[in-house]
Amino acid sequence: MAVSTNLEGQKVWMVRDRDAQLKRWLIYFVSVAVVVYCWMIISDATTWFFVFDAPRIAADIGGRAMPPKWSYINELWEPLWDTINIATIGTVLSLIIAVPVAFMAARNTTPHQVFCRGPALLLIVSSRSINSLIWALLLVAIIGPGIFAGTIAIALRSIGFCAKLLYEAIEEIDEKQVEAITATGASRWQVMAYAIVPQIMPSFAGITVFRWDINIRESTVLGLVGAGGLGLQMSSSLNVLAWPQVSLIIFVIFIAVIISEMVSAKVRSAII
Amino acid sequence: MSASVTTSRKWRKPPMIKNPLMRWALISASLIYLVLAFGSFDVNWARVYEGLDRGWTFILAFSHPDFASRWSDISDGMIESAIMTVTSTAFGILISIPIGLGAARNIAPLPVYIVCRGIIAISRALHEIIVAILLVAIFGFGPFAGFVTLSFATIGFLAKLLAEDIEDTDKSQAEAIKATGASWWQWVTYGIQPQVMPRLIGLSMYRLDINFRESAILGLVGAGGIGATLNTAFDRYEFDTAAAIIIIIIVVVMALEYLSGIIRARLQ
Repeated sequence: MAVSTNLEGQKVWMVRDRDAQLKRWLIYFVSVAVVVYCWMIISDATTWFFVFDAPRIAADIGGRAMPPKWSYINELWEPLWDTINIATIGTVLSLIIAVPVAFMAARNTTPHQVFCRGPALLLIVSSRSINSLIWALLLVAIIGPGIFAGTIAIALRSIGFCAKLLYEAIEEIDEKQVEAITATGASRWQVMAYAIVPQIMPSFAGITVFRWDINIRESTVLGLVGAGGLGLQMSSSLNVLAWPQVSLIIFVIFIAVIISEMVSAKVRSAII
Repeated sequence: MSASVTTSRKWRKPPMIKNPLMRWALISASLIYLVLAFGSFDVNWARVYEGLDRGWTFILAFSHPDFASRWSDISDGMIESAIMTVTSTAFGILISIPIGLGAARNIAPLPVYIVCRGIIAISRALHEIIVAILLVAIFGFGPFAGFVTLSFATIGFLAKLLAEDIEDTDKSQAEAIKATGASWWQWVTYGIQPQVMPRLIGLSMYRLDINFRESAILGLVGAGGIGATLNTAFDRYEFDTAAAIIIIIIVVVMALEYLSGIIRARLQ
């Protein structure tokens, strides 16, 4: 690519030397080979007849789903309210745990590098790795179906997210302010309240609203495993193949998510 | 006079919201909301209490996860998840790049911009599971539906961030390339692409990680991957197998995160 030649067509300059170029091609080759191999396995597991038939099926389902059954909206207000509650209370609960965990995980505030930071990081990564739907599945099996299980599931998944972003914010604070407050003879808690908290407050508020927005989206589907909210209505409509109701629910979810995203964008731009 | 001076000289923490009316309105509104929201919570404490035993069994299961007795199911599911992750990330990146270019206001004309932003908005608003349900209905069960779902979800994430990154690029570099008389393609390749490439690779690695995590739930609705095995394990109350699967997911996510950290550090 980036090669200059002189008039006789001999190379006079290129961006990378030969080894770097070969290494680069090798990486490209291996990645393409891996993707192609994986694609072959998927292709083997697929019934291609269904895929080629898909446009017809999609048109069929689309025809059944349109127009949405608008009168069904009256049964959706309560699940919608539940969905918003699951997301909001879940976010609040998760923050109650995420804040101390973040202070334990941040290098500059942790009480002990190994015994506090290690478990805190493990908690963060475990909470982040498990999708809220899996948490919901688990909690429905343990404490029974309902919005309570959904709220706890959202909270458990959000702990890792909020704590991770918050501890990164704590690690990035300006140490001079901490030193200045410490120099006045402030105790550990006073240093935290007057030097650290004011610095991380904007990012804390930003993270909260950001996660709340994500949680609205996630809580719309928790009902599929029995954890309350709009998903519950959706799964019962799907079970009886009531496509006009499904399309209305998807429409309501779409609107709810767009509004929550707008609110969160507005709040974040007001903070920053 | 002196009294008012002493009171006003007493330092207080400046409040976060300046306007007191606004502050109290917000505080009372949130309190009323919390009361209403908790009021609508209908918790069956007896059921919760009963469940605590099972919860404890589940937590104990992590001390003796059972990898062996369902190993063939677990390994099949994990391989399927991994395959879906790799292909959908690769495919998703390939589609995200043109859509991301189209959704950047500084290089795309308005009609293209609106269409691309629309695609991104739809992809971001619908949760993967909803897309997967529809696609399973259309394509039938199996990893193909999962692959399409994850590719579609990748667009919403990657194209949006790429577009924002392109909008933030340094104009003078792009202008310098344009001043040489470069065509649109040359302009994008030499003026824009070098500026966004490191971040694009970082985001792609991050998306690989997200796609793996998401592929673990697609099995719940029949779109392939480890989710189906996990769901069955929960349904049969085989908590030790479920614990094994969750441990594997956590380890893989940790490994991916570590790997992407190394790659991003080397790029920057």
